[in-house]
Amino acid sequence: MPDDPTAKAVPDQTRIVISSDPMAVRQGLKSLFQSLLLKGLEEVDCGKAEIVLAEALNNIVEHAYADGTGEIELTICVNRQGLDCRIVDHGAPMPDGALPAGILAAPEDLPEGGFGWSLIRALSEDLRYARVAGQNQLTFRLTTEQSSA
Amino acid sequence: MDLQAEVLAQALVIHVMEDRIDAAGAIQFKEKMRELVTGTTQVVILDLSKVAFLDSSGLGAVVSVRKMMGPEPKLQLSGLTPTVEKVFRLTRMDTIFTIHRTLPEEMRHAG
Repeated sequence: MPDDPTAKAVPDQTRIVISSDPMAVRQGLKSLFQSLLLKGLEEVDCGKAEIVLAEALNNIVEHAYADGTGEIELTICVNRQGLDCRIVDHGAPMPDGALPAGILAAPEDLPEGGFGWSLIRALSEDLRYARVAGQNQLTFRLTTEQSSA
Repeated sequence: MDLQAEVLAQALVIHVMEDRIDAAGAIQFKEKMRELVTGTTQVVILDLSKVAFLDSSGLGAVVSVRKMMGPEPKLQLSGLTPTVEKVFRLTRMDTIFTIHRTLPEEMRHAG
């Protein structure tokens, strides 16, 4: 049988559903980075993606679902620009309906938190948030080394 | 959370034997560290060379251990892997710790 030029050896999109629990986030990230979709990524890109995804998912567990539990849906699409990510949850909306500024406290004050949004903002592009029909929708792009090279 | 403490003449070295300190393990890390450093008068070097990933909760836990040890900065770090180093650098928390690239030669027994 001749090779089909349109056939794809590697899928270009994946979708996982994670329950709102820190251990589920850890397991979800683990299986995601072992998946065929992300296995080919450079180590530096994996590290960057894991930081941003972990912060975004754990924020939802800690804040959006602070008063309950629910599901978090993560969709990642791989393209030439990098990874397009979309995270949807059904928890509480962002305070004031907008993303936190993520301004870091002075290191000398030894802050024990408030790092998450600053890391997300530093490492992602086209970061957007919308509250639609009772859902929080967060989208961003993670540029990969290969695509920016 | 597997932490292995090693009392040496120069320092108390604590090897983190896990590949991540994240939101699911940060509280355990903090508690275990508290047990290990309580009462020590030595400099403590936290060996992070096996830790491939640390998130903001893990970072907060490391800062909290530093605070717990009092005003004198007795907690030092060693062996930051690339992703862990990135988290410290982007949050500027690399500026408040003494960070060794690797453990000093005479301290490389376990781990």
